[in-house]
Amino acid sequence: MIGSFLISIVSGAIHSGTPLLYATLAEAVGERAGIVNLGLEGVMLMGAVVGFTTTVQTGNPALGVLAGALAGGLFNMVFGFLVITRRANQLASGLALMFCGVGLSALVGASFIGSRIQGLNEIQIPFLSTIPFIGRAFFNYDILVYLVVPTAVLVWWVLFRTRWGLSLRAVGENPTAAFAAGKNPHRLQYQALFIAGILGGIAGAHLSLAIAKTWAEWMTAGRGFIAVALVIFSKWHPLRAIAGALLFGGAISLQLQMQARECRSRPFCSTCFLTF
Amino acid sequence: MSKQNSKAMLKTLSVLVSLALVLAVGLPEAAAQAKLKVGIIHIGSITDAGYNQAHSEGMHLMKKNLPNVEVIQVENVPEGADAERVMENMIKQGAQLIIPASFGYLDPALRVAKKYPDVKFVHPGGYKLAPNLGTYWASTPDAFYLMGIAAGKTTKTNKAGYVVALPISFFLANINAFHLGARSVNPKMETRVVFMGTFLDAPKEATAANALLDMGVDAMGVIVDSPITVVQAAEKRGAYSVGYHYIGVQKFAPKGWVSGIAFTWGELYTRFAKQVMDGTWKSEALLGNLASDYLTIAPFGPAVPADAIKLVNDSKQEFIAGKKNTFQGPIKDNKGAERVKAGEFWPLTAIGKMDWLVEGVIGQPK
Repeated sequence: MIGSFLISIVSGAIHSGTPLLYATLAEAVGERAGIVNLGLEGVMLMGAVVGFTTTVQTGNPALGVLAGALAGGLFNMVFGFLVITRRANQLASGLALMFCGVGLSALVGASFIGSRIQGLNEIQIPFLSTIPFIGRAFFNYDILVYLVVPTAVLVWWVLFRTRWGLSLRAVGENPTAAFAAGKNPHRLQYQALFIAGILGGIAGAHLSLAIAKTWAEWMTAGRGFIAVALVIFSKWHPLRAIAGALLFGGAISLQLQMQARECRSRPFCSTCFLTF
Repeated sequence: MSKQNSKAMLKTLSVLVSLALVLAVGLPEAAAQAKLKVGIIHIGSITDAGYNQAHSEGMHLMKKNLPNVEVIQVENVPEGADAERVMENMIKQGAQLIIPASFGYLDPALRVAKKYPDVKFVHPGGYKLAPNLGTYWASTPDAFYLMGIAAGKTTKTNKAGYVVALPISFFLANINAFHLGARSVNPKMETRVVFMGTFLDAPKEATAANALLDMGVDAMGVIVDSPITVVQAAEKRGAYSVGYHYIGVQKFAPKGWVSGIAFTWGELYTRFAKQVMDGTWKSEALLGNLASDYLTIAPFGPAVPADAIKLVNDSKQEFIAGKKNTFQGPIKDNKGAERVKAGEFWPLTAIGKMDWLVEGVIGQPK
């Protein structure tokens, strides 16, 4: 009983935490380049809807993830144009991007509500998934879950161990100094936002293709904003974001798990606890 | 031909042409006025296989029954000032009957109804009336009791689970009824409830469904706007599912489908439209039950045993005949307090006061 409870808690935290982690990485890359993107919610929705519609039409969820990622990247370019080229206010443009994403995704997805897809299936890792207890808790997920921690490590490596990452962080800290050092701040910020958009798109595609396996309007339900908060929680560090996302994912699922298990819990109780 | 003549000719011609245009455009318009225009606004998407699709399919059937009725349908209208604007817009387009198809449209609809006393409004599930605004709904606990019988006879693990939007009294009553029905045929039955705190969050619904399935639940029910996520999650893991709102949920669970409680509004909407057209419509609070043609038990799935189907149909007749009460005492709540004494019953008109879950239901009513 306790064993199955732990398995459910762990797998629930990993499932709910995965899209949060992709989204947090997206926001972290952007903010490291000096751009706060409150429109992440809209980017995720575009990823979710394009990923879903592509999967419905091609029957191939892998293609859906690619299309969702690309849609997120391109949608973030709109934001880039506003805040980098046109120098618009980041917070206002971000909110506008969110509402635009909510509306546009609803429009694109309207005729696909209720469509059925196979979705991203769980891949049981041979041998490892048969280990009692640990097998079900750690080795029975879809491909995007397995890839999320390597992605976080990759983002960390790119940001902190490559020249490109160094330039990007320099632009984020002080664009004038970076410019004086021969960098092109605008180009770097566009690149950062494109990568961020891809990660945000994957986050959305994971929601629609792997977790819910349906498209519903505004299905991100605030997860984009949780990710913005998680970036601050993780102090803009991709590896600390892993812990943050798992903690928040765990809180979301724990609240539901406890209800299913007759533990006295108030909804949001666990999330409130985390806030303190 | 002189210049003057040709000018006169042109003048006559243009007058003739404009006359023809007026006739061509004007005549169908006059004909259109004889038709009835019905406006319906939805809170969500009309393809959600749930609450909204049930209303939308009702409109389709009404239009089929009455081909001379025109329908104006608007989706995703937020409750509040937006709803008022959309309703007024429909009235300006000539709508004489408006269906604001969400509970939260009640106050906006009352405001618009006051402004346009000639336009008729019918609102689902409301508790207020106006001279030109009536309400309609169907009392669902008896139907949930029947679903409990079907699920209780079909389950193999004796565990049912419900994913529910909010712990409001009407939903608590439905879950209680489901559990009482299940217990009546299967004393070992337990029902677990997870409240979402929202009507629409598909990823969260998937997590909740999986949490219940992890607990060994093999009969899933759902009370949120769109049942697709939960029913699909149950089907994927080989569990049974019970539908609500829309009759066509079975396609999402061809193997594990038990049955469902469906609102089939078509004939009722046809009656409303006819009444408005012949001037017999009057404002009333309509509350249907299993005998009404708008509360339907959906077709049974292949997993339901034949004796369960017979029992459901027999019990349905007993409910209709008034020989059976869903909340027949003695009933204890899940904290041990007696809520209904032996020999008494909790009337269906008082389910708005039900703030407890019956013994055997695992969940927090508050």
